[in-house]
Amino acid sequence: MITRFLWTGMGRNLRLFVLLVLAVGIVVPALNLLMPKTSAFYVPAYALQLIGKYLCYASLALAVDLVWGFCGILTLGHAAFFALGGYCMGMYLMRQIGARGVYGNPILPDFMVFLNYPELPWFWHGFNHFWFAAAMIVIVPSVLALALGWFAFRSRVTGVYLSIITQAMTFALLLAFFRNDMGFGGNNGMTDFKDILGYSVQADTTRAALCFASALALAIFLVISGAIIGSRFGTALIAVRDAESRMRFLGYRAETYKLFVFVLSAAMAGIAGALYVPQIGIINPSEFAPGNSIEAVLWVAVGGRGTLIGPVIGAFIVNFAKTYLTGALPEVWLFALGALFIVVTLFLPKGVVGLWAQLRARNLARKATAA
Amino acid sequence: MSQKRLLAWLLPFLAIVAVAGSAFAADLGSLVTNLVTGGYSERDDAIKALATSGEARAAPILQALSAGDLYVRNSDKLVVIGKVSASGGSGKLALTDAVTGKDAGTAAEDDLDKVKVNNRLRGTIDAAMGSLTLMSPDPKVRRQAAESLFTRRDASALAALEPALAAEKDDSIKRSMIEARAAIVLTTPDTTPAQKLAAVAVVRDRGDRDAMAVLQAAAQSTNGEVKAAALAGAESVRNTLQAWTQAQNVWYGISLGSVLLLAAIGLAITFGTMGVINMAHGEMVMLGAYTTFVVQQALRSYAPGLNEISVIIALPLAFLVSGAVGVLIERTIIRFLYGRSLDTLLATWGLSLVLQQAVRSIFGPTNREVSSPSWMSGSFHVGQLDVTYGRLWIIVFALLVFAALLLLLRKTPLGLYMRAVTQNRPMAAAVGIRTPRVDALTFGLGSGIAGLAGVALSQIDNVSPNLGQGYIIDSFMVVVFGGVGNLFGTLVGATALGIVNKFLEPYAGAVLGKILVLVFIILFIQRRPRGLFALKGRSVE
Repeated sequence: MITRFLWTGMGRNLRLFVLLVLAVGIVVPALNLLMPKTSAFYVPAYALQLIGKYLCYASLALAVDLVWGFCGILTLGHAAFFALGGYCMGMYLMRQIGARGVYGNPILPDFMVFLNYPELPWFWHGFNHFWFAAAMIVIVPSVLALALGWFAFRSRVTGVYLSIITQAMTFALLLAFFRNDMGFGGNNGMTDFKDILGYSVQADTTRAALCFASALALAIFLVISGAIIGSRFGTALIAVRDAESRMRFLGYRAETYKLFVFVLSAAMAGIAGALYVPQIGIINPSEFAPGNSIEAVLWVAVGGRGTLIGPVIGAFIVNFAKTYLTGALPEVWLFALGALFIVVTLFLPKGVVGLWAQLRARNLARKATAA
Repeated sequence: MSQKRLLAWLLPFLAIVAVAGSAFAADLGSLVTNLVTGGYSERDDAIKALATSGEARAAPILQALSAGDLYVRNSDKLVVIGKVSASGGSGKLALTDAVTGKDAGTAAEDDLDKVKVNNRLRGTIDAAMGSLTLMSPDPKVRRQAAESLFTRRDASALAALEPALAAEKDDSIKRSMIEARAAIVLTTPDTTPAQKLAAVAVVRDRGDRDAMAVLQAAAQSTNGEVKAAALAGAESVRNTLQAWTQAQNVWYGISLGSVLLLAAIGLAITFGTMGVINMAHGEMVMLGAYTTFVVQQALRSYAPGLNEISVIIALPLAFLVSGAVGVLIERTIIRFLYGRSLDTLLATWGLSLVLQQAVRSIFGPTNREVSSPSWMSGSFHVGQLDVTYGRLWIIVFALLVFAALLLLLRKTPLGLYMRAVTQNRPMAAAVGIRTPRVDALTFGLGSGIAGLAGVALSQIDNVSPNLGQGYIIDSFMVVVFGGVGNLFGTLVGATALGIVNKFLEPYAGAVLGKILVLVFIILFIQRRPRGLFALKGRSVE
């Protein structure tokens, strides 16, 4: 029954899109593993890694879109939730290294030995179990979002002020994680991971599995989001976005709606970050940089905010352009990125998806007048 | 050697210096010759004679002698100072004529005769150097000598100190010398308790960290009345020091606050008037800093005489450059986005990336050197307070900009229009104010002030393409904390955040202090979502 609820909540386009995401998640790793290296259909390891990375970014973009597109909260700190999830995963992976580190300490990660930690800090306990780390990946970002959102929405901090608060949050976390005595590896962060769930993170099969997991996560997020937006709750949510005061007067608790979505979105971002770290092989404080969060907002803007497909498309377009340009024309990348921000806000307020709809509407209108 | 004997040695020379210093000066050659001839005891006298000659060359010669760098050239018996030179080839020494200080070519060590010294001579040289610098004609050197004597508390220098004290004309140097003498008195065992008590009083009045160290040491080595006085003195110095530390924190806080004020005030105007979040504001600051750099480069090539006032020349230019860019941005981008403030935020963020990359492409990614004029470098002391001129000028400048802006807003038609638009845009338009024009000018004004901030920041920060990014978040915090649309809010916000930051730093460290401030602001916005001085009226919702 739940599946039917989820499935009918989505539109036809979204259903097809979820299937497309899953298809990518299955076909790309399969081509990497099964095709001979000489085949034209072979997907090289770096491409597999890139697509896995983009899928994680797409999940982050979807999380941003949930709060920005459907809730009207322009968050400039969502990369913080992404990075927190990543750090939780990083801590699990660090503990899995065990005695194989440079210093060979079975308990303490290398950087702690290096910084003369006498014993494991209390907040590192439990991260040697995957189930604990997995729980933390969801709990830590959610609790932070809950605390921030509860304070902010209750006192009706809105608009630009809320954006600045979220930016201050990620900036404060950036500074905090840069500190060596925080116990998270300081500015070097965590790297040199060996195993995840007993499988080597370097192995092709593990990479393929992670890529599939990222696609699966994205598909699940899309389904959940679609169900929420399609439900009565979603309708009320959009109403809160468009006329918060009116909804209050009608007796809806606007802050509850916002808080629920904000926390859900933070958890999604956290999971995306956790899937991102083992594929990239490093997590460091620069992930908290305010610029990253704003870039995530751009993906949404490019793809089309207020749609569920848009952020995914936007994340792929922008990051593909980034990968290409930073390699081929590094000077041009920042110009292009900056120009993209301006062009999208000026000319494409509904993003690429909106543009498509716009063009189709114009075509239909033309046909109607012609006929 | 007892002090009396040393004094007996020195006095005649001092008398001679006082009477016929200039006559001696001509005789530096013979003094130096004495230095390298005869037995150790004669040369001992020669060292003292040279030390009290008042010659500027005396110090380098004695230093060279002590270090074993003084030689006699075999060929012409010239006394030279030899240094191993990088260019002279292996085994060759670069020579300087000891008497004239002029270059005397190079020579192999075999062609030179090293002037030998023993430990006794070295001791004499050290003591002589002390007295030499105490008697130096340069007041700076004298002051430094007295200060270093205070920290060294070298009892043997007392003999040199007394005549120097008698001869000293400058009051503040004289005080340093008296303090040095008091410190020495406190460390020498054979002075009377009455002398020591007087010395405690002198040192206590000095009231700095060194004074506390002297008093603590004195409390250790004495007993009875003197010990009690020294302990009380140390305590009083500690209290004074603490008060001064607080004052210093306040000063640093005000200094940081003035920088924040400069960076944030332009933002307050654009944000307050138009509700526009200008993420490229930091880049306007950066443009101002680069304008300063360009102005300095141009002056260096075309009018080196104006270098001292290059900063002042840069001010109007920076205002114009940043202001013009601001008007351009408003006309081409922002005016299409009114009423969509979150979109403006994204567009201006993109703009900031473009501007940064543009500057990086033109000027390169590395820091650019912007020099400070002489009237902005150096520092002076107010009590224990260390005040640098650069910081002082920036505070003055920030206040001037603030006052000018206040006048502009209160007393000019443009200010009136701007306030009207801030308070109620539709009404302002209805009574005939051309709001688009006011918007463009306001944005230009805010950006221009950012340019002025850039000139000031070029003096204390690295001029790099990332200059603006470091300030943008802080500026937002100031504006949000102070309240939108109220300049006094910005002033109070900037100063308060600056001081809080600096007071937290000693307890929590710079980074943690900053984090605490950010957390504080996040919590503060929950309490007062519109800032300290919230704007009342229709514009609120």
